[in-house]
Amino acid sequence: MKVLVAIKRVIDPYVKVRVNKDGTGVEKANVKMAINPFCEIAVEEAIRLKEAGHASEVVVVSIGDAACQEQLRGALALGADRAIHIDISSLDLATADSPLALEPLAVAKLLKAVIEQESPQLVLLGKQAIDSDNNQVAQMLSALTQYPQATFISQLKYDESQSERPLEVVREVDGGLETLSLTVPAILSTDLRLNVPRYATLPNIMKAKSKPLTVMTPDALNVTVTMSQMVLDVFTPPVREAGEKVASVAELVDKLKNKDKVI
Amino acid sequence: MAILLIAEHDNQTLSVDTMRAMTAVKQLASHIEDTQTENSHIDLLIIGENCQPVAEQATHLAGLHQVLIADDAVYAHQLAENTSAFIAEMATRYSHVVMAATTSGKNMLPRVAALLDVGMLSDVVAIESDDTVVRPIYAGNVLARVKSSDPIKVISIRSSAFDAAVLEATATEGMTCASIDRVIPNDHTVFISREVAESERPDLSAARVVVSGGRGVGSQEQFALIEALADKLGGAVGASRAAVDAGFVPNDKQVGQTGKIVAPDLYIAVGISGAIQHVAGMKAAKVIVAINNDPDAPIFDIADYGLVGDLFEVLPALMTALDDAS
Repeated sequence: MKVLVAIKRVIDPYVKVRVNKDGTGVEKANVKMAINPFCEIAVEEAIRLKEAGHASEVVVVSIGDAACQEQLRGALALGADRAIHIDISSLDLATADSPLALEPLAVAKLLKAVIEQESPQLVLLGKQAIDSDNNQVAQMLSALTQYPQATFISQLKYDESQSERPLEVVREVDGGLETLSLTVPAILSTDLRLNVPRYATLPNIMKAKSKPLTVMTPDALNVTVTMSQMVLDVFTPPVREAGEKVASVAELVDKLKNKDKVI
Repeated sequence: MAILLIAEHDNQTLSVDTMRAMTAVKQLASHIEDTQTENSHIDLLIIGENCQPVAEQATHLAGLHQVLIADDAVYAHQLAENTSAFIAEMATRYSHVVMAATTSGKNMLPRVAALLDVGMLSDVVAIESDDTVVRPIYAGNVLARVKSSDPIKVISIRSSAFDAAVLEATATEGMTCASIDRVIPNDHTVFISREVAESERPDLSAARVVVSGGRGVGSQEQFALIEALADKLGGAVGASRAAVDAGFVPNDKQVGQTGKIVAPDLYIAVGISGAIQHVAGMKAAKVIVAINNDPDAPIFDIADYGLVGDLFEVLPALMTALDDAS
C-alpha cells in the first residue's frame, strides 16, 4: 500500500521564541528550523511500515515556501521515496510570520487534493504542530475525505489478513488508552509514544538529493485558499519570575503553610 | 444567536472540564447579549449511551436553557466519525459550538468544523468578544488574539484557564431535557477496548495540589515516593515526558504542551529539569515548588520556592515535616 505523510517546517522545539517588533508574529530571521517532532514520528512510522513489507511507497508532502524543501529532503534521507512540495509563496498571507498564517482547514483542503491525486491507503500526520498548537489538520482531513480517523496514536498494527479492518491502533486518551480498529484508507495522527525516530546517515542524506521532489501550487490542485481567522496581534504572556531558594525542608513547609497557605 | 456546549462525560458524571467550559460559555453569552437585541441562550448537548444520570446533573447547572440528549449505542464510545457528524447537524442552529479541549474535544471538534466548512479556535484561554479570543501558541510562550469571521464559531476551551461552574442544589426551574432521536452509524471505526488507569487520587486536571516526578526519580518503584507525597497532600500525581517515556508512570499523567495542562494551587516538581514543553503545562500554577539536585536546572527560573538537594533525602524529610506541621 501507499503511505502519505504530511510534514511541517517549524521553529526548532528547543528554541525560545520571541515576538517580533510589530506584534504580528515571531522572529524567524536566523532562527533554527526543524521538522515538527510529531511529523518526524509519522515519517518514522511510515518507514517502519515499509521495512515490515506493508508499505510499498512512502510519499511525504509539505506546504510552505521553498524553505520547506529542506524538511522534505530530511524526510527523504530518513527513507521516504518521494516528496511533494505545495508551494504557497504566491499566496498573499497577511501574517506570514505567524504560524497561524495558513489555517488548518486550508491545509486540510490542500492535502485532500493531494490524496485525490495519490490515492494512498494510509495518511499519517503529527497530532499537532508545536508552533500553532492547533491539533486540527488530521481530523479536518478525515472529515473532508470521509475516511475514518484515529488521533493521538501510540501503537499501530497493520494486518492484511483482516480484510475488513486491517488497522488496529491504540490511542492516548484522557484517563488511559483506547484501542480501535479501522478500515482503510484511513487518516492517523501520531502521539509522542508511537516510536523513536531514527537519525539520517550521511550516505542517506546524499542519496536523498537525487530522490524525486515535485512542486505544486494550490492553483494546480484546484484549491482556493480562503482565510476566516484574523490574527489581531500576538504578545508575550506575563513572565513568571524566579522566586527564592529555600535552604531546608522546614523553611519550605513554613512558607507553604504560613505565607502562601497552600498546604 | 445561541451557543451549543458539548458535554464531556463518561455516561455517568459531567466532567469538571465541562463545568469549566460552562464558565467560558457564559462569558461568551454575555458578549453576545451586548451586541444583539435578542437574548442568547446556552444549550448543553450530551451524547452517549445510558447517559441519563449526566442529563440529571446538567439540570442543576445554572445558566442553561435546555439540555439535549442523544442516547444510543452508536454513541457509546463517542467515536469521532458519527459523533462529529451529529454535532455538525445540530450546529447549524447555533452561532457557537464549544467543548473543553480534552482528548475527546480535540478528537471531535475539528471534524465538526470541517464538516461545517469553518475554521476552529483551539485551546482558548480568554474570551474577548463573541468573535475574538486569545489562544496560546508555541507551547504557551506566545499568545495570539484571533478574530473569526466564520458564521459558526467552533471553539475548544482550555479548562485550566477558567474556574468551574457549580452544580446548584436544586434543578433549575423550567429547564427542559429533550431527547434527540438521530442515529448515525459508524461503518469504518470499531471500538475494541479501553484501558483506564484506576486511581483513588483526585483528577489531575482538577486537583488543588499536583506532585510531579521526572527522570530524576529514577525508576517506577521509586515513583512511589512521589505518590506518597501526593497522597499526604491530597493531591494528584503528574509526570514529565521523560518519566512517562521511561515507563515510570502511564501516559495520562504527562503534564505539558502535549499532555495535560494544569493550574493547581500548588505544583511540586521533583526531579524535573523544566524543559519548555513541560513548563507549558504547569506555569499557571499559583505556587510552584522545585526540588532538584541541579542548581542550574531551568525549573528554578520559574519556581516560587526552589530546594536544591537529593530528592531521596528531601522527600522523606518533607513528609516528616508535613506530619509535624499538621
